[in-house]
Amino acid sequence: MAISVKIPTQLRTATDGEATAEVDGDTVGEVLDALYERYAELRSRIAEDGGLRRFVNVYVGGEDIRFLDGLDTAVSDGDEVTILPAVAGG
Amino acid sequence: MPPESLRCKECKATYPLDARYVCEQCFGPLEVAYAPRADADPSELRRRIQSGPQSLWRYADFLPVAQQPGTLAAGFTPLLRADRLADELGLNEVWVKNDAANPTHSFKDRVVSIALARARELGFDTLACASTGNLANAVAAHAAAAGLDSYVFIPADLEEQKILATGVYGTNLVAVHGNYDDVNRLCTELSAEHDWAFVNINMRPYYAEGSKTLAFETAEQLGFSLPDRVVSPIASGSLFTKVARGFEEWIEVGLLDGQVPTFNGAQAAGCSPVASAFQDGQDFCRPVRPDTIAKSLAIGNPADGPYALGLARRSGGSIDSVTDEEIREGIGLLARTTGIFTETAGGVTVAVLAKLAERGDIDPAERVVVYITGDGLKTLDCARGTFETWEIDPTVASFDQARERLAVAA
Repeated sequence: MAISVKIPTQLRTATDGEATAEVDGDTVGEVLDALYERYAELRSRIAEDGGLRRFVNVYVGGEDIRFLDGLDTAVSDGDEVTILPAVAGG
Repeated sequence: MPPESLRCKECKATYPLDARYVCEQCFGPLEVAYAPRADADPSELRRRIQSGPQSLWRYADFLPVAQQPGTLAAGFTPLLRADRLADELGLNEVWVKNDAANPTHSFKDRVVSIALARARELGFDTLACASTGNLANAVAAHAAAAGLDSYVFIPADLEEQKILATGVYGTNLVAVHGNYDDVNRLCTELSAEHDWAFVNINMRPYYAEGSKTLAFETAEQLGFSLPDRVVSPIASGSLFTKVARGFEEWIEVGLLDGQVPTFNGAQAAGCSPVASAFQDGQDFCRPVRPDTIAKSLAIGNPADGPYALGLARRSGGSIDSVTDEEIREGIGLLARTTGIFTETAGGVTVAVLAKLAERGDIDPAERVVVYITGDGLKTLDCARGTFETWEIDPTVASFDQARERLAVAA
């Protein structure tokens, strides 16, 4: 499954400047693992104890994965996964 | 005490004082760090404050900007002793900080003042924000006063009063089909695409500092002394935590004696991610989809939630939630006993104060400060249907009849 992942500017030093990445995976967790595989530094920046750090938000098609099935949220061909900092707003 | 750097609240990594808000190492939030204040002279600081302007700029020594814009001075709002409110709740000393008395009628004038000042120093010519309404008013007005362009993003279902009181300033008003958290996500993405100063995104470390002035003013208006307890609304948790930070900074430099007050946070039951986490003993907030009349507090994914939880627990306080009905009653209670008409966020705060008093959480000897952050004219619908109007013909007889009828009804 080809999934497009949008990388926030704050993480692009870990992705050689790339703003998006195409990876395979059937769930958000698999997509992120594939991403860490390609850009090893990303894992230490956003992952923690098998989950995500608490100030990292992940969206599938604009929906926060915490309203879906978290890292088990299923994704299919053409879905867009967005990683964003959680500290904005208010 | 000049600002020194931006520092990550989680891993303590430091960054230059530019337009950034997220730690690149751990994704934690950045805040302004100041040079050490150990050698500060409290009496000199106090003299400088008291000879300063009648606005938040009298606290410039504690703010992260060098240049102060001369337009739309925010702050220095009244702190009123509310004896009739205290009587009704069985308390002794209650003070109301009425921050509706700001240029655009909410505390957001404070945070926007600081964000705008810093944005100009950094060379931005466009201001922007994601807003639940009060911030929209403030960004549009302050940008207009300063001659900057602005883009204001709001949920499309916002109260009409807040929409009208934003558009009038000539901003680019963008109504987004979605809730605040959708607007916030969109703006977080847009902030990476446009060279704009998003006050509550890439300018957030500076913006948040503005809320400290609510603590400074309260302390100064109490004769440079501390309250025992603070009751304040929580949306993102930024104001709640920064008010505490303000008291801490003044204790550190010797302007205040004592300890940080007990902090009680107030949320609407229809959007209470922080109150729920407090009740459940969690140190993180599970996001919710807001459904409440308190739209100015309707943030389902609160950025400073973990820090608000820490503050409430550390200070011996709590975070409570109240229903929409209790919010309306809170608005009425404040209006009837103080003559202050607050918006729904103030209704939430007063209702939580009433709940704490009823629960016996507040010792009657305590000095309590309640933060009223916005004006009732912004959420007029909440007052509709809460009272009766005497409709009469223009004759004495008609007036007497109405009076008799109402006397019977009462």
